Amino acid sequence: MNWLLEALLSFIAAASFGIVFNAPQKTLVSCGLVGMSGWLIYRAYFLAFDDSVQASFAGAFAVALAAHILAKKFKMPMIIFSIAGIIPLVPGSKAYNAMRNIVENNYLEAIAFASEALMVSGAIAMGLVFAEVLMQLFFKQQAKRMQKKSA
Amino acid sequence: MAHIKETRRELALECCLLAGKIMMESGAETYRVEDTMMRMAVSQNMMNAHCFVTPTGIMFSPSDELATRFVRINSRRTDLEQVALVNAVSRKLVSGEYTLQEAYEEMQIINKTDYLFSMKLQVLASAIASGCFMILIGGNWSDFPFAFLFGGLGYFIVEMILAQTRVKIFSEFIGSFMVAVLASLVVNLGWGTNLDTIIIGSVIPLVPGLLITNAVRDLMAGHFVSGLSNGAEAFLTAFAIGAGVAFVLSF
Repeated sequence: MNWLLEALLSFIAAASFGIVFNAPQKTLVSCGLVGMSGWLIYRAYFLAFDDSVQASFAGAFAVALAAHILAKKFKMPMIIFSIAGIIPLVPGSKAYNAMRNIVENNYLEAIAFASEALMVSGAIAMGLVFAEVLMQLFFKQQAKRMQKKSA
Repeated sequence: MAHIKETRRELALECCLLAGKIMMESGAETYRVEDTMMRMAVSQNMMNAHCFVTPTGIMFSPSDELATRFVRINSRRTDLEQVALVNAVSRKLVSGEYTLQEAYEEMQIINKTDYLFSMKLQVLASAIASGCFMILIGGNWSDFPFAFLFGGLGYFIVEMILAQTRVKIFSEFIGSFMVAVLASLVVNLGWGTNLDTIIIGSVIPLVPGLLITNAVRDLMAGHFVSGLSNGAEAFLTAFAIGAGVAFVLSF
């Protein structure tokens, strides 16, 4: 599928999630942008290295970074921007396949899908946390530098 | 003089509790609620304040002399606009832009006003999100109208049943069950082509994204009680969705 179409679709999807979660109106476009960057980085990484766990980590990392920057800019909580962006990365199809295999009594295959879904969820969580810690360190450094300058 | 001081402190206490209650009810992370309440308390000269926030209740002890207060949180939903508004008010209170009285009045207005987008718009948004997501995970364009319709319908059913029964897991089960029934009907009739992508796309608005992110954030910030209970709620929701779909697929 071509990149432009994927960018457009992920933008619309993330902005729609913004409406479902009742994000403030002026942030809807930014929500869409966060979702788009997360999805595009996830896809690019996935196509380049063919590893959905690492790709999810990269996507969630990008989402959290973008959300942090926008949160600083709008002076609003970060959660407003990150949620809509995270949802497209949630391993919905893997969880679905795991469940479907359980229903069809293919327990071994189900375990493979379920553990993959679990790994991806863990990777998303780690991506969010890593980006947050990184940003906090960065802003602390920046604040120190500002203090030194004024002193 | 002492009397005036006492009422002022009572007001500050009320203000902190109200802020915490609104934020918790609209789906903010626990660590952010505690942070906001503590900042407001410190700005009102309550240096020894302590608060303990869980998804179902807030305990707040303003100082050694004043009594500890408790607020119960009954309903939780996702309303990010209220989170943003309360956050803005508390920022202004801390920076001295608002007086305590102004902040409290503002907070009460926020508490009473309904900021939610209209139900029609929400259903439309979840329908669009479902359709787009279905294409993103590799569905066919010919299935787009079905994912669009069922995504909106599933969200609508969940919201309606939730308003009637207040049992979240049941409404999510019925919602995903209906989506799966309709999707398999459409595919069996030969109108839709790929059952899997239609179902995955249609249930995506029900996915507990907010709960998952909050659970992780709270666990990492050291709020284990809230993190675990948010995680349990997310797991129950995911289980309900899965069970609803599995029930249909097993036939």
